Amino acid sequence: MSKQFALSVDRIKCDGRGLCAELLPELIRLDDWGYPILAPGPVPEHLIPLAQRAVEDCPVLAIALRRTQLKK
Amino acid sequence: MTGLLGTPDAMTPLPRVGSEIIDAIERSRLVGRGGAGFPVATKWRAVAQRSHGNAVIVVNGAEGEPQSKKDRVLMSERPHLVLDGAFIAARALRARHLILYIGERHDAARSAMLRALSARPEPERGRVTASSAPARYVAGAEAAAVHFLNEGIATPTNVPPYPFERGVGGAPTLVQNVETLAHVALLARTGHTPQTALVTLAGAVKRPGVLEVEPHTTIGDAVQRGGGATEAPRAILVGGYFGSWVEPEQAWNLELNPDSLRRNGLGLGCGVIGLLPASRCPVCETAGIMRYLAGESSAQCGPCFFGLRALADACTRVAERGSNPEDLKRLQRWAIDVRGRGACRHPDGAVMFLSSSLQVFGQEFASHRSHHVSRTA
Amino acid sequence: MSSSVLWYTTRGAGAVTLILLSCVVVLGILSTLRVQSASWPRFLTTGLHRNLALMTLVFLALHIVTAVVDPFTNLGWAAALIPFSSSYRAFWLGLGVISFELLAAIVVTSLVRGVLGHRAWRAIHWLTYAAWPVGVLHGLGTGTDTWSAWMLAITAACVAGVGMAIFFRLSSGSADPLAAARTMFRSAVDRREAR
Repeated sequence: MSKQFALSVDRIKCDGRGLCAELLPELIRLDDWGYPILAPGPVPEHLIPLAQRAVEDCPVLAIALRRTQLKK
Repeated sequence: MTGLLGTPDAMTPLPRVGSEIIDAIERSRLVGRGGAGFPVATKWRAVAQRSHGNAVIVVNGAEGEPQSKKDRVLMSERPHLVLDGAFIAARALRARHLILYIGERHDAARSAMLRALSARPEPERGRVTASSAPARYVAGAEAAAVHFLNEGIATPTNVPPYPFERGVGGAPTLVQNVETLAHVALLARTGHTPQTALVTLAGAVKRPGVLEVEPHTTIGDAVQRGGGATEAPRAILVGGYFGSWVEPEQAWNLELNPDSLRRNGLGLGCGVIGLLPASRCPVCETAGIMRYLAGESSAQCGPCFFGLRALADACTRVAERGSNPEDLKRLQRWAIDVRGRGACRHPDGAVMFLSSSLQVFGQEFASHRSHHVSRTA
Repeated sequence: MSSSVLWYTTRGAGAVTLILLSCVVVLGILSTLRVQSASWPRFLTTGLHRNLALMTLVFLALHIVTAVVDPFTNLGWAAALIPFSSSYRAFWLGLGVISFELLAAIVVTSLVRGVLGHRAWRAIHWLTYAAWPVGVLHGLGTGTDTWSAWMLAITAACVAGVGMAIFFRLSSGSADPLAAARTMFRSAVDRREAR
């Protein structure tokens, strides 16, 4: 078992500020109205620091990095 | 055969049941009749496991779907049966608080339910309070109902936590449709459910209204019982605004039970069966329904509010100005973008309805011309 | 340390604090207004806002410490922490203490924002609109070179900058595209008075 992290967005809090997509374009893109579409699956290890920054920088604390347990 | 309707409503002593009723519900494979079709026993077990005598039962008679009338009719004609189901749930799940959540415009239904309630003995009667659900589409959704009962605002909230974990007052809560509760009541009394379902016939049918159908009743049978179609239909909408269109030839022989519908990629949903007459333009009809659904977004999530509005606008452009490849491409693209990106299932239902429209009315969408007649002097 | 070095440091650090704080406020307002361009991403605004805020605290600490340890000023630590308790220009100095304490609260709550929750954090962050003007007034009332040209120029520039930003903020309305629709829907399903 290895510990992995996944991004999740609180869709009610999110109001389309777009900082997350600026910081993590590899995993997050914005739809036509400025709201984030998250790539599914765990966050690659080398992107975790950026993901943490996206979590901290979100002005409304709508994005979170959660631990998911996956069997390897 | 005793069904839900057609038998005079009477108050008889409540059968003594405990949590074993959940096993009986599981054996009967009863699914919820509010629209989601979720297995009832699974939901009850989830609440029972978490209840320590503090569970809450929400009797969901909000019926926000505009064309649906079955819940209103059931509450008006069989209030004691619905209350039986609610009290049985309270016993099985060890709940001491029950709430009647009835749509604010359903006056006859509310009067009947409150009158029946006043005839019930204590301590049951004292455990029930009544609340009026706002007349909006999403107000009948579980999370919205719980939010309303907790804070007075009927907007959906994030789940998890689900109502069965943390609902009204933070307690494990069962939100159950009135028809489902009526089925449970009959199951407790007679040992089996009638296996019937309530549907509302709407649209181009001679006698629109509520019917109780048996598992092998086909859509054709149901329409016949409603006096037949007023004109040949272009398509039948099965399941209301979150349902799917079916071609008439396929619909006539389709049996109205969950298994048969599922095999055909359909669902009973809220039970509305709408006939779209051939004289009505399916593109314009779809656009109108999409505009309604977009307007019923609670505007909490961008993808739902803006996405459904964009989809409705694109449908309306096609309807008013004629087909064009850009709008058709946009409809496909946005449908994918919007799905699954709201806090509740409202955008998903709308998108699935639109996908069904694009599929069944593909030709009409591709070749639609404006109905607008140019004004001449 | 020579008293005049401390004295100049106090005054200089105070000026720098004012400049930095004004930039922080402007950046905060730009963040709310969702200002962005191809070469200026939004995370740059928030990143600068956060870093400059921390730098503001550093210079503010320098300003306070040099003022207190300077034997010429006769200020004790109490004067730096308890508003209006100093013997020297009690009122204007007291304003500085208030401004400092508000800023400390704002920065500390921002550091624990994840634990505190967005709503509580936001409520305290509004105190920025009190901390900044109070700091400006403190500078005008306490500084011995208030009326020197360079100090006047710095203060004027800061006030103009923040004033313009506030003007834009007030004239833009909500930058949240859902705000109006959400309020309308909520009021349609709100039955709190009827219950």
